[in-house]
Amino acid sequence: MNNSAESKSSSPWLLAVFWLYVLIPLSWGVWSTLKKALALFG
Amino acid sequence: MSGFFSKQHSVAQAGYSRWLVPPAALSVHLCIGQAYAFSVFNDPLTRVIGISSSAPEDWKLTTLGWIFSLAIVFLGLSAAFGGKWLEKVGPRLTMFVAACCFGGGFLISALGVYLHQIWLIYLGYGVIGGIGLGLGYVSPVSTLIKWFPDRRGMATGMAIMGFGGGAMIGAPLSVLLMEQFKTAESVGVMQAFLVMGGLYFCSMVIGSLTIRIPPPNWQPADWTPPVVQNKMITDSHVHIDQALKTPQFYLLWLVLCLNVTAGIGVLGQASVMIQEMFKGSVTPASAAGFVGLLSLFNMGGRFFWSSASDYLGRKHTYFIFFAIGAALYATIPSMGMAGNMPLFVVLYALIMSMYGGGFSTIPAYLADIFGTRFVGGIHGRLLTAWATAGVLGPVLVNYLREYQIGQGVAKADAYNVTMYIMAVLLVVGFIANLLIKPVHEKHHMKHGDFDELDGIYPADEQH
Repeated sequence: MNNSAESKSSSPWLLAVFWLYVLIPLSWGVWSTLKKALALFG
Repeated sequence: MSGFFSKQHSVAQAGYSRWLVPPAALSVHLCIGQAYAFSVFNDPLTRVIGISSSAPEDWKLTTLGWIFSLAIVFLGLSAAFGGKWLEKVGPRLTMFVAACCFGGGFLISALGVYLHQIWLIYLGYGVIGGIGLGLGYVSPVSTLIKWFPDRRGMATGMAIMGFGGGAMIGAPLSVLLMEQFKTAESVGVMQAFLVMGGLYFCSMVIGSLTIRIPPPNWQPADWTPPVVQNKMITDSHVHIDQALKTPQFYLLWLVLCLNVTAGIGVLGQASVMIQEMFKGSVTPASAAGFVGLLSLFNMGGRFFWSSASDYLGRKHTYFIFFAIGAALYATIPSMGMAGNMPLFVVLYALIMSMYGGGFSTIPAYLADIFGTRFVGGIHGRLLTAWATAGVLGPVLVNYLREYQIGQGVAKADAYNVTMYIMAVLLVVGFIANLLIKPVHEKHHMKHGDFDELDGIYPADEQH
């Protein structure tokens, strides 16, 4: 068996929403850390 | 086990996209990574009674230090002992139990703060939360490897990167919540614990409900396993218990332990080290910024190096960690002596990227050596190397520093010998990695072995 049908059957919206669900908080965390890191060069 | 959480019920239906698995794994790892940000609670927890300053009845920092230590110990223990159970019940139930433990641990700790009973925090965050950490850490790894046979390193890198990212979310989130709930009568820790416990529980349950294991004999579309097999990638499987009887397990244990010991040892000292090496030019605020920068490279390295290992090969990737790492550790003292701070920062950041890469590449290395069938459980047992390094690294660095200062060495130079010793550790790691060969076929499972595996039946052998 392979997943040749996966791209046809999976909702791209579901994928997008789920990825955003994890990437938004991660980006916030990275941004908060980056702001702190900038003090090194300030 | 039957029912909604059983392994059988979490087999993917036709049309399920494997790209839903990495965010499912991330929704767990981004939560449990909070553990590395627990120290933001330390200061407020020393003022639970006194509020503006510590009262005599308030907890001391030394008392609070045990919370994190207990959590890491139970992370190691649950990963080691829970791995076999994970292989039996599948990732959905394991992730759900991890959610209950980690979220529940926060709630029990909130009660501990409310009643001012430290043992409740030890039990809640330390023991129960620690079990959630360990189960949550290992639960998505083997599933990811099975969904991405073509990109094992990248897949596990995404999840384990989340553990690094979790601290970056956990620290500002904790501060934000404590600020929000702070009053004249409360430091806001109890309320922050309650909210975080609820948030993390929900997020981890979402991951648990979304994750699926691939159907029997599944493989990605338009992908066929390479005809000319790499000798370092087996298509056989070694049972969890049998893996412990192979020299490869202990060599890989050493590889992980030494890489982490070197990294964790200097990571914990990074802030003090840069301030002492560049006295006068680095303020405590910019030192904190330096630590933040290292966290970013630690996280980025988890994804970059494990993805690169899909092309470089796992053994070569660790050769890079050990050879370049040893050279970098040995170079840092001269950068400090020359007063070259930019280069010092760059070298340190590279070291931290390889420290993170060591964590994220090891599951794919295990899958290459022992096969994919029991990689989650074997990975869990190998994580005892992390727990060992977590103790060894800081102790080694602190002891060496104190010894040198006691011998009259200037504080700014006290790290030099430490860095050289870390470089030697990496050379030993290089040798251990060099000795890793494919597992002898006498350790491989045979088809008939499945009946004797005390309940562990792989999905594709159940019918």
